[in-house]
Formats: sequence, C-alpha cells, structure tokens
Amino acid sequence: MGCLARFKNLNFDGTFAFDLLWFGKSALINLHRGPKAFGVWVMESKAPLCLSRRSFLASTTALLATSVSVVHARTFHQGMPWAPGAADLPPLTRPGPWVFFTADEAATIEAIVDRLIPPDDRGPGGKDAGCAVFIDRQLAGPYGHSEGLYTRPPFMPGSSTQGYQNPDSPAGRYRNGLKALADHIGESNGGKKFRELTASDQDKLLSNLENGSIKLKDVEAKAFFAMLLQDTQQGFFADPIYGGNRDMVGWKLIGFPGARYDYRDWVERHNEPYPLPPVGIMGRADWAAKG
Amino acid sequence: MARKLPSKNVVVIGLGWTGSILSYELAKAGLDVVAIERGPWRDTATDFPPSYAQDELRYAVRLDLFLRPAQETLTFRNKADQTALPIRNFSGFLPGNGVGGAGIHWNGQTWRFLPTDFRLRSHLTERYGADMLPSDMTIQDWPVSYDDLEPYYDRFEKLCGTSGKAGNIKGTKQAGGNPFEGWRSSEYPTPPLKQGLGATLFADAARKLGHSPFPQPASNLSEAYTNPLGIRMGQCSYCGFCERFGCGNYSKASPQTCVLPALLRLPNFTAQTESEVLKINLDSTGKRATGVTYVDTSGNEWEQPADIVLLCAFSLFNVQLMLVSGIGQPYDPASGQGVVGRNYAYQTTSSVSLILKDKVLNPFIATGAHGMMIDDYNGDNFDHTNLGFVGGGYMGAGQTNARPIQTRPVPKGTPKWGAEWKKATAETYQHAFSLSTHGSSYSYRDCWLDLDPTYKDRLGRPLMRMTFDFHENELKMSAYLTERLAEIAKAMNPTEMQANPRKGPYDSTIYQTTHNTGGTVMGADPKTSVLNRYCQSWDVHNLFIPGGASVFPQNHGYNPTDTVGALAYWTSDAITQRYLKNPGPLV
Repeated sequence: MGCLARFKNLNFDGTFAFDLLWFGKSALINLHRGPKAFGVWVMESKAPLCLSRRSFLASTTALLATSVSVVHARTFHQGMPWAPGAADLPPLTRPGPWVFFTADEAATIEAIVDRLIPPDDRGPGGKDAGCAVFIDRQLAGPYGHSEGLYTRPPFMPGSSTQGYQNPDSPAGRYRNGLKALADHIGESNGGKKFRELTASDQDKLLSNLENGSIKLKDVEAKAFFAMLLQDTQQGFFADPIYGGNRDMVGWKLIGFPGARYDYRDWVERHNEPYPLPPVGIMGRADWAAKG
Repeated sequence: MARKLPSKNVVVIGLGWTGSILSYELAKAGLDVVAIERGPWRDTATDFPPSYAQDELRYAVRLDLFLRPAQETLTFRNKADQTALPIRNFSGFLPGNGVGGAGIHWNGQTWRFLPTDFRLRSHLTERYGADMLPSDMTIQDWPVSYDDLEPYYDRFEKLCGTSGKAGNIKGTKQAGGNPFEGWRSSEYPTPPLKQGLGATLFADAARKLGHSPFPQPASNLSEAYTNPLGIRMGQCSYCGFCERFGCGNYSKASPQTCVLPALLRLPNFTAQTESEVLKINLDSTGKRATGVTYVDTSGNEWEQPADIVLLCAFSLFNVQLMLVSGIGQPYDPASGQGVVGRNYAYQTTSSVSLILKDKVLNPFIATGAHGMMIDDYNGDNFDHTNLGFVGGGYMGAGQTNARPIQTRPVPKGTPKWGAEWKKATAETYQHAFSLSTHGSSYSYRDCWLDLDPTYKDRLGRPLMRMTFDFHENELKMSAYLTERLAEIAKAMNPTEMQANPRKGPYDSTIYQTTHNTGGTVMGADPKTSVLNRYCQSWDVHNLFIPGGASVFPQNHGYNPTDTVGALAYWTSDAITQRYLKNPGPLV
C-alpha cells in the first residue's frame, strides 16, 4: 500500500496551481467510508533526493507507527533539487484495533474523553469524535516515546520554570497512570471500573484528579489529568488524519474552516461569518463520495 | 580523525537568513563558498505545500520544522544559585532547524530599530541622567548608527518584498505610516496587507485616544513581487498558518522564497546538509581560523579548510560554537570580565484578551504580520521621567491565527473541561480577540550564557547554559504598556477583557518569543564586545558573525529579523569592499 504526492509547479503570476495530494485511490475511499481497515495506515517515503525524513512500515495487521530516521548528509550544488512525487507526507491514522491501549485501558479512556468533552445537542463528545483513537495512535508513535526530546540523565527535580524533568515517556505515563487510576477506583468503589460509575461520579473523580485531591500510587494525579485533558482536546481539534476530530466535529463546533489556505476575498468582509464548511487535509467525506 | 577536504575561500556555518545572504553575496563576488547546515534540506513544494502545510498538530504542536532537543538543546535556570536543568522539550522559544533556519517559521514581522536604540546608553544618560539606569543594567551603544544601517535595512526589505506604509521618507512624515520610525530612503516595496475587523476596531479606538495606528510591516506579501535577485513571490492568502509553519504559498519571505533559487544557480556555491560543525579550528597563534570540523550523519568527521569563516547559526548556537571553539574570553558574571556569553537578552511581551460578543471576527483569517499597531510607547518615544523604568515596545492588534488546538479562548472562570467548557468554547471562538505588547529586554550583569558543567549533547559537547530572569525594570515596563493597551481595548467596548502583563519569574515552558539575543555582542570596545562594528571577531580576524541576533548588545522593542538582515548585508559589504582587499582587523 503506497501513496504519492504530486505537485504541479507554480505559476508565478500571483496565482498557484497545485495538484492536491494524490493518494492511492483505495486509501482515499477507505478513509472516508470507514471500512474494516487495520492498524495505522502509513506511507512509504520514496524521497529519491532524500527530501523526506520519514520512513514508515506498512502492514495489514495492527502495527506500530515507527518514525525511522533516514537522514543522510547531502551535497547540493548547481541547481535546486527537484523530483516528482517527493514529499514529506503526514502519517494517516485509520480506524481499527487499538495499537497502544489494551481493550480495558481503551474502554476507560473512551469513557474519560466522553466526560472531558461530553456529547450534547451541539455535537458528539470525545468518544465519537475519536479522541481515544487519536491518543492511542499518538502514544504508539513518536510522541508516545519522547522521540526527539532530550532524554539524557541525570534527572533532577527543578522549579516549574525549568519544565518537565522526568525520564518517563507519555506512553509510560499513560500505562502507569491508567493502572493507578483503575486500582484507586477499584479500591474506593468496590471493584468497579471507571466506565461503570455514574456520569456524575465520573465527573467528581476527574475533578479530584484535576485538583490533586486524589492520591494515586506512584503517579502524580494532577499532571496525569493535565496530560489526559491536553491530549483529548488536541485529538478533538487536530486534523482528522490523526484519528480524532472525526467528520471535523471539533471544527464544526466552533466554526473553524480547517485546512483552507485562501481567505483573500474574506479579509475585509467584516462581521460576516465565513460561510464555507470546514475541510481537512484529506478533503471532505462528500468529495470522496462524489468521486 | 577528520579527513581533510579541499580548501574553500569561505565556509558558512548554518544556512538560514544570514548564511544564505552572505553565501549569495560572497559567491556573487567570485568566492568559492560552502555552507554547512546541521539540519535537512527544505523546500516549499516538498516540505510544506498548501496541500498539507495547514496541519496544526504536526507543525505547531509536535514542532516538525524545529530543532529537536535530542539533537541540541541547552540548560536553563533563572538565577545563578540554582542548578540549571536541560530543556528537554522546547516550548518557551523554538530554534529552527534545517536549510532556511528560523527564516522558515517566523511570522514576517519586519521592524527597524529606532535611531535612538542604536545609542541607547548615551541617549538615556543624556536625557535622564546616569542615575536613571539600574546599576546592574549592562546596556551599551551599538557600534553602528541607524544612518549606517538604513541602506541595509532597505536592501533586506527589498529582498523580502516587505508590505507596509512608510511613516518617514527622508525626513518627511508620511500620513498613515509609523510617525516614530527612523527615516527611510524609500517606501515599502509593497503596499500594506488588508486588515480584518479586530485590527480595524483597534485602530479606530487608538485613533480616538490620540495615538497613531499604522499597518504592521509584514514580509507576508500583500501582492505578487519580484525581488532584486529575480525571484518571484506570491500574494499572501491570509491562511492563518504562519508562525511555526513554512509558507506553502511563496508569500512569506524566507531563504527559500527570497535567496536559495538564485544562490543554488551560482556554480561556486555548495550546500552540505545534515552535517554539524563541531568546532571552528584555529592556527597555532590562535588569531586566525583555518576552517571548521564537521560530522556527517554517518559519524564521519571532515575538516573543511577555508580562508574566511562565517558563523551563521541561530543566535544561541553562535555563542555555543564560540565557547566550544575557545574563541574569545568567556564571560564571568562574578567579575564582570569576559565577553562571550555576556548580555544575553530576550523580549518582554504581554497581552490583553477581549471578547466582543456582538462582532463576528473570523479570527482564523490572519497572517503572521498583519494587524494595526501603535509605536507611541516604544523605546524612548515617550517621556520616561518618573515612570521608574526605561524601554518600551510596540503594541496592537496582530493576532496571527485562531488555530483551535492552541487558540481557543473562553470567558474567565470557565471550567477547563466538560459541558460548560464545551458550550463556552463554541460560543466564544468567533468573538474573541487578542491584543499584545512587544517590549524591550535590556541586558543585565546576571543574565548570561556559558557552558553547562553537567549535561552534554549527542556529540559529547557541553550544552549551553542559560541564566535568565526578568528584572524589575522590564516588569514595570510591561505593566505600564499593558495598562496603556488596556485603555485602548476598553475603548473597543468589549463584553469582557483581561489584561495580562508579564510577570516574573521567566518561565521557559511558556512560549513568548524566539527572540534570543546577545552573547556575541558587537561593540566599540573589545572589553565589552566579541565583535567589532563589522561583526568581525576582535580575536580572530577571518571570523565574522554576520548579524545573527547574538550580536545585539541588548534587545529593543521590536522583532529582530529586519536588523538581522540589515547587519548581514552590512557585513557582506564590509567583507567584499574592505576585508578582501586587505585581510586583517577592520578596526
């Protein structure tokens, strides 16, 4: 399964003619019609001129999205490098089995994201928006493993102005945090799980995590909650290619038009709501249906 | 053991704004130039085309175009009695990475410093007396004047195609421009950008209160433009993905859109990417650089001999390379002696957030540098007598985006999650707006850069250590400016407003700006500067740091890039017109 991106060159008369990304047809349709797909759909970078730094492995079973560094020192001389189809494409997330979470962890996360962003008459909540899928895929990828961060010892506690000083990666923090949370709930609620509590008990518990009044074993409750909330909201408002913001529900909620890039006709139309619906990097579902 | 390459006339360390300008000018002058860049090659069509450049998670949150801390970072502390700890994930400021450097992800704000900024200490002492300045404030005059640099500001703005309205052409005030700015030899290359509702309301309110609003000078172009290198740029489309992003539209000035296509055509220029300079090599006298040693991605070390070495990395890493190469005396805050790492400064920013319930603002229609500003409270444009501080900044309505992961205002007191949060977020997004101040950060004896005693980078070199905190002068300045801004905000009749003056201590986890300045300061006296007025090392005459913000003696109330670009051209003229004829100290 592969993908290509093609770009027309630019008309330097102030206008631009771009071919949008051209993905394998089945992938494009699959993404929007949501059939049974597996794992994380990832693209292979061709990069004959090493213009891409991402290399991805693909499989039809559940897999880890692993970003492999393939950089090489290169020399550029006498002309701009150019090759058709060379691009540093974003990864694509597809529905399917959990990649990072266990089934039990995922059920808890889905219940949590649906309280952080509850469904209401304005639109879906965190669960139906795919926030748990988003977090799952992020934790399985570079973010989950602190890729690119400075992780050399020694680790010493510092002031809050010095930032995070802990060797644990986000993936590890989720694993430990969810376990500690499950243990806490089990002990204080007669063996129940988070998802078995009433909505108001769930909210109470989350509030107590937020304000730090709950003590979790070996896990700082406040920091764990802050990370959960940050990642949930990121999933709700990030481009749908990452698995959350499904059908652009986050953008529709607030009126953000998404990955558009030309508002020239609208800058000076003051006090008029921008009328066009949002569009994601992969377009919109209705585009694929027409195609 | 490093393998030795054939010698070049010029080796350039880092291919961002200053590296690409110097490479072009010196190659054009006939020199054989090689630029060594630690990051990857980047180009518009392949790295940030408009088909997927509008990806907030990837570029603004995961910081795809930026330097990875695993590659290089620094340690930080507020005060000398703390242990500095590594910045494990950049968030307070974001150094760039790769060809184009910070010139890719900047916002395009293109401001000149004030004529009085260039003789700051002399000017303030003359006007208010020496007692006005705190005893530990180490500000100093620049070794160049505004008049010296004016032609070079003009040249950089023409390279970028900057959009704006002049306020002073050759001494004659121009209606609609910034009445406080220094003289300009010509109008901006392109007219001002269009303004949205928020900026228009701000300008009306500011005018009503007697201020002089004008469009912010922007290198996101209001119309298509061909620069003097023959490179064509496009009209900005106000997509709202500017800072932290590359421009897929060829509208934001960057090395990619303004220099590289012309530079890469010159047969006597070569770029070497993903190759990190380990150190600048000196001869046995220590007074002449012989070239650089760099390591490629396979771990092979290479020695690149050259007649001239140009240090063009990001400002913080210019300082690090000087320190690890043992060039210049490191600064010691205890004695006040030494120069390398001295006078590190930053920027003092603040904001006033507004909700205008009855207005539809479409805040996502934006560019990095549009908006309306006032300069009434910058530098010494206003009387500081009895204010208890010096310095100032510009302020106004320049909201750069409303990308919803990071820009999602809600009324004060709203819960951070749950049903109420969701409702408030939905109801506020279209009606919220932010005004900001962009203030000076003067230099102090106890704010400096040196090498960390504990932490090392992946190549085994000590990380740089930053010791920095806001001082009372800057916090008072921010409080005063934010009050003035709040007065204008109030005149916009907001439903709700909140003033957020800058408070200490400096927090390295909260993004403020990437305007890290100083550390290899230019000056008239080798005891208080690393470089002379031609950005030439006092100690090693064939080493120049041509205008990175590390050469600023302190930071003024403006974004640094226009001055960085002007100094790059200033230095390149000094090299081609003076140094090449008679290589040696120019002062």
